[in-house]
Amino acid sequence: MENAPMIEVENLTKRYNGQTAVDGLTFEVGRGEVVGLLGENGAGKSTAMRMLACYLPATSGSARVAGFDVFTQADEVRRRIGYMPENNPLHTDMRVREYLKFRARLKGLSRVASRERVDVVTEQCGLKDVQKKIVGHLSKGYRQRVGLADALVHDPELIILDEPTIGLDPHQIRSVRELIKSMAPRHTVLISTHILPEVEMTCNRALIIKAGRALAIDTPENLHRLMGEGGHVIVEVAAAREELLECWEHAGEIADYHVEAADGDYFRCSLTPLPGIDLRPLVFDIVRSKDWRVRELTRSRRSLEDIFLHLTKADREEGEVY
Amino acid sequence: MQAYLTLVRRELGALFVSLTGYAVMAGVLFVMGAGFSLLLKDQNGVATSQPVTEQLFGSGLFWLILLVGSPFITMRSFALEKHTGTFETLMTAPIGDFQVTMAKFTGALIFHMLIWLPVFTYPYIVSIFSMEPVELAAGPLAATLLGMFLIGCVYMSAGCLASSLTQSQVIAALNGFGIGTTMFLLSALVRLNLPQDTWQYQALLQISMLEHLKDFTRGIIDTRHLVFYLSVTAMFLFATHKVVQSRRWK
Repeated sequence: MENAPMIEVENLTKRYNGQTAVDGLTFEVGRGEVVGLLGENGAGKSTAMRMLACYLPATSGSARVAGFDVFTQADEVRRRIGYMPENNPLHTDMRVREYLKFRARLKGLSRVASRERVDVVTEQCGLKDVQKKIVGHLSKGYRQRVGLADALVHDPELIILDEPTIGLDPHQIRSVRELIKSMAPRHTVLISTHILPEVEMTCNRALIIKAGRALAIDTPENLHRLMGEGGHVIVEVAAAREELLECWEHAGEIADYHVEAADGDYFRCSLTPLPGIDLRPLVFDIVRSKDWRVRELTRSRRSLEDIFLHLTKADREEGEVY
Repeated sequence: MQAYLTLVRRELGALFVSLTGYAVMAGVLFVMGAGFSLLLKDQNGVATSQPVTEQLFGSGLFWLILLVGSPFITMRSFALEKHTGTFETLMTAPIGDFQVTMAKFTGALIFHMLIWLPVFTYPYIVSIFSMEPVELAAGPLAATLLGMFLIGCVYMSAGCLASSLTQSQVIAALNGFGIGTTMFLLSALVRLNLPQDTWQYQALLQISMLEHLKDFTRGIIDTRHLVFYLSVTAMFLFATHKVVQSRRWK
């Protein structure tokens, strides 16, 4: 059990009221990873997380957390996970410290251990100043931290956070992300989000999910590569148009090029290389030998957003054919 | 066990920090105090063969409080948690469905007993202010306390069931009131002029809340009543447990 992957999901399916929320989802998460579950609203992220957290049973398929089955060994699983549901529900009538202690005791920590752990997590989540305050009187950012502290309080192996940054202002989002990152080596983290930069910033791997099905699971870097990344250089250069065209035409590494006039003497050229080639040094050499003036040389990186849109759009078009 | 006790404490705590808890308490004390004063006025100079406990707890005022007050105690137990979403954090903690059901019920029951306790000081108030030496019978008092506990079990479990069925506290309170009132009104059927030797009369007698409580207030502890109250409670709790579990069937 010690060496089992943190999460093993196999053909997980959930149907209710005739609708399929999660459809044959299969993935694996190793220990210590931070994995982002990425999808549009209603893609089945929350349902998948609820099944992993033993709140909902699966219609078919299986899911194991640390080697324990979420349905037949729910108690073992629950002891090992810290789960923060969507919208972070809290008992608003309790004080922060009181609430965290209540949750720690509920999760089976002894009186002494719960006191110690509550001290640790209030420190870790920056709640020291507000621990005597009533949860209902806190700002949304602080409440979110209380939710995170609750998920952390029994020092679980796996932390499942459903949209942890939703509804926060940029400052709060930043601090919550820092917090999530800080959990990483010690805990395995599974977060769901529809905010793409969040995944790029916090996660080792992203699982793109659409209509309950996994479209891709990989590191953000590999997802970039999947999209034919590695080339596509933009260069803005002041030169004669003919000379430019001729130059790009004869460079062997360039598969395709496109030149358009920019302001002044400048032309904006977008160059697509042959697979696996970085054009930037080559372009630099050419420009230097020709003594042209350059004001921009960049490799356009498609954002995860493009990848996401590309993947989900392809899926949609495919769906329309049938 | 630890999780169960933690949850019971939380339930009680929630009742004591909310306005509802104090409102119910104030209502109970006011109405019972009024009933007590009326009782004393009526008793003045008139001899009666009924125990005081029977007169107090057999009165309409007592039932008014029990029927109206109980739903307020139990309405929040499941409904509020479902409404705010904390039910999800609760059910994903390492605690069983049955423990949750029992903890909610126990919390409500303890609160129910706490708010009725002051009523049991009334006999001593009588003994202090009475002109003549009063002999207080501990038997009927203890039996009445037990009866209160048992009827509390029935009404709290019914309230928990009502609360587990909905997300709205208002609907929970109304449903709880509905179940409680129905049980009470069934007792009234026994007063129909049925011949006492028919099975209908006997059946109605057996399900009458009033008849069952009457013996306790007279100081009689009859196992039939114990079995009746406990089995009705068990039935309601079983139903609540199944409702809590039902999310796993969907």
